[in-house]
Amino acid sequence: MGGNVPLGVRSVSSYDEDTATMGVEAARIALSPLINPANPAAIWFSSSNPPYMDKTNANVIHAALQLDKTTAAYDFGGAEKSGIGALKTALNSLETLLLVQSDIRSGLPSSEDEVYGGDAASALLIGDEDDGTLIARYLGGSSVSEEFIGRWRDPSEQNSRSWEERFVVTQFTQLIDPAWQEALLATELTSEDISTVVISGSNNRAKSQISKILGTEKSRVDLSECVGIAGTADATLLLTHALETSDPGEIIALVVLSDGIEILIFEARNQINQTKDRISSQISSRDEVTYQRFLQWKGNLKVQPPNRPAPSRISASAAARESEWKHGFIASKAEKSGLIHMPPARVSANPEDRIDTMDPISMANTSGHVVTYTVDRLVYSESPPVVFAVVDFVGGGRIPIELTDIDAEDVSIGMEVLPTFRKVFTADGIHNYFWKVRPARQ
Amino acid sequence: MASNGIKDKVAIISIGCTPFREHWDKSRDDLVIDVAKQTLDGGNLASEDIDAYWVGTAQSGMSGLTLSMPLKLEGKPVTRVENFCATGSEALRQACYAVASGAYDTAMAVGVEKVKDSGYQGLNAFPIPTAGTNRTLTAAAMYSLVLPAYAKKYNVDEDELRMVVAKIAEKNHFNGARNPLAQFRREMSAEAICDMAAVAGQLSVFDCAGVADGAAAAIVVPAEKAYEYTDRPLFIKALSLVSGNGSGLMDPEYDYTTFPECAAAAQDAYLQAGVTNPREELALAEVHDCFTPTELILMEDLQFSERGQGWEDVVNGDFALNGILPVNTDGGLKSFGHPVGASGIRMHYECWLQLRREAPVERQISETSKNLGLVHNLGGYPGEMVSFVSILGTEKG
Repeated sequence: MGGNVPLGVRSVSSYDEDTATMGVEAARIALSPLINPANPAAIWFSSSNPPYMDKTNANVIHAALQLDKTTAAYDFGGAEKSGIGALKTALNSLETLLLVQSDIRSGLPSSEDEVYGGDAASALLIGDEDDGTLIARYLGGSSVSEEFIGRWRDPSEQNSRSWEERFVVTQFTQLIDPAWQEALLATELTSEDISTVVISGSNNRAKSQISKILGTEKSRVDLSECVGIAGTADATLLLTHALETSDPGEIIALVVLSDGIEILIFEARNQINQTKDRISSQISSRDEVTYQRFLQWKGNLKVQPPNRPAPSRISASAAARESEWKHGFIASKAEKSGLIHMPPARVSANPEDRIDTMDPISMANTSGHVVTYTVDRLVYSESPPVVFAVVDFVGGGRIPIELTDIDAEDVSIGMEVLPTFRKVFTADGIHNYFWKVRPARQ
Repeated sequence: MASNGIKDKVAIISIGCTPFREHWDKSRDDLVIDVAKQTLDGGNLASEDIDAYWVGTAQSGMSGLTLSMPLKLEGKPVTRVENFCATGSEALRQACYAVASGAYDTAMAVGVEKVKDSGYQGLNAFPIPTAGTNRTLTAAAMYSLVLPAYAKKYNVDEDELRMVVAKIAEKNHFNGARNPLAQFRREMSAEAICDMAAVAGQLSVFDCAGVADGAAAAIVVPAEKAYEYTDRPLFIKALSLVSGNGSGLMDPEYDYTTFPECAAAAQDAYLQAGVTNPREELALAEVHDCFTPTELILMEDLQFSERGQGWEDVVNGDFALNGILPVNTDGGLKSFGHPVGASGIRMHYECWLQLRREAPVERQISETSKNLGLVHNLGGYPGEMVSFVSILGTEKG
């Protein structure tokens, strides 16, 4: 880090990730245990760092997840609080809603955001027993809004700024008691009923003060030393982590310090059984990144690219035609021969098949293995070199595809990989989203 | 289904080639004019004597105007063709068929590329608007996939195989050093090439063809009229082209140790020409050594070596100037340089020099009774390519 060295580590979005692609990955984890495909009424995307303005980022996630066309897609943008605001609104709704919350902290080198911030995304499916096994039940909560200038960002700037800390801490501490009492009243609970308090917010000292006021022994859920403070996604990330580490019946209070205070109280129900994708598993399977590469990925250190043309912007019409492949990784399978075509084709490479006798087949959740690979140090990339692998998928299908989240020297033939939704490049302000593969978590 | 060929129906009566290099002082039009003048002069012809023209350029021009404007042709049919790195051969192929059909008495194929004005390294594809899902790997990286696959299939040590392909570059640099038209005229040892930093897989920059500006051209006439222009024409014995269906990229059976399009094009050409043992019957071969592993695989796909045997034949020197079948006697793409649209015709130019015994003495192949030369020119990548093969001979059958 550029300035004070904090304890622990923090998570960093790769050069080919943005808040939309991270949101896709989080949503895929959230939806993967469902026996029946989720069919939410809407997908709500919250971020203080959206890839697009004036265009709905939730649409990209909607397309990557191949949700039904009748599922609405909305963005909740701008403020950190848009994450918890979306959650509370969803919990009070009668509809089944998929919430995706994602943030990338964009502090300048040596800033507090760089030191304490973390890049992360979380996703929650809000519904009732008809939608699947309940992980938690929402019992109620409270909101206190208070206008004060604590943290802000000029929309034309990359980095946020904060007011003098003691003022901000005072603002939060004077609001906590009425907010806490209101939440207990709404849920007909006492402080003793609460087994875990989860505190989210971008101000460390305020969190620490609130924790003391509410009883420190209960604030055991903290990712600040292994993920960092994840902005818009922070509250739901901490809630998810709490639910992954709670026993059924535990009462969890989520306290969010952001332009006022939001409190939501939950009862943990059934354990989330996704061992490889649990937050703790993701943290323990992390790779380290040098500070130079970190600065490069954050756009704070420009490096000389290979002397090759930068890519041209993609065609909107071509991308719309190919959306199922581009966003959904939907290949085609010949009816007769069973040959899987990646990309999908109308005409089979097997002459036994007739033209236009293909069925779509999703490859997005299919694992594969590296047949052979190469390292390309000549091709244009925002983070050279590019590792490219020929991948054979379980059940058929082969594609030469970029292998991401790996150092060139760590690739091996036979390695298990999984598809991952990424940003291949950006040109003319248009993001080119497509799939790569990444090593499977062990 | 037939591939009848046009054996002995058409002959090349003049062929020309500019130096291949960074022609900072010459435009595309200059290169076209230089090579047209050289080739027309060689046949004692003027541009109005040519009935029809084909111009091959991958990215340096659009339409027949690329040729008709600089040469100030009047009322002539001119067609621009493009077929990746096999563009030059494609122009010649079209000209040959036009003459064989009887439609024209004289046709000229011109290949030209002005690569170096882009300011970028290597060859870079013209940006066609897409959905952004196409592969973005460089050609070098795609061809680098051959080495580990070949090593595994034939149980060859990877480091040893890496040295073997470096020897291909060493051979081609040796030949190119004896070619005044070549871009790189310095001999390079295989050891020095292996010591260089890898840029794609195991390949270093010196495992890749040089890219250059340049032009080449040929004039073809009906075989029976060939001796009216020259006493030593080259007769077209075979022309074949196979455009792949890309299945190699998605077929789990494909193992990156062969280029099926090349094997099929070669087989077609041998049938057309009546060649049954190419290793023994050919006097020389000019093949598409875009990357060193490519030439290794081609030795097997073109049936010069048994499967799995190519690497040992390379080590044995079978394809050296004094070998049993000299390959890329002019230095190949590796050393001569690769102006995409011109390279295919350049390969025919070398066959012309060698079979007519007009090559510089220091690289002239030894005199034999063999009078056939083969040209192999491909475009694309392992798994998805176009492949051209022609066979030329000094005797009309």
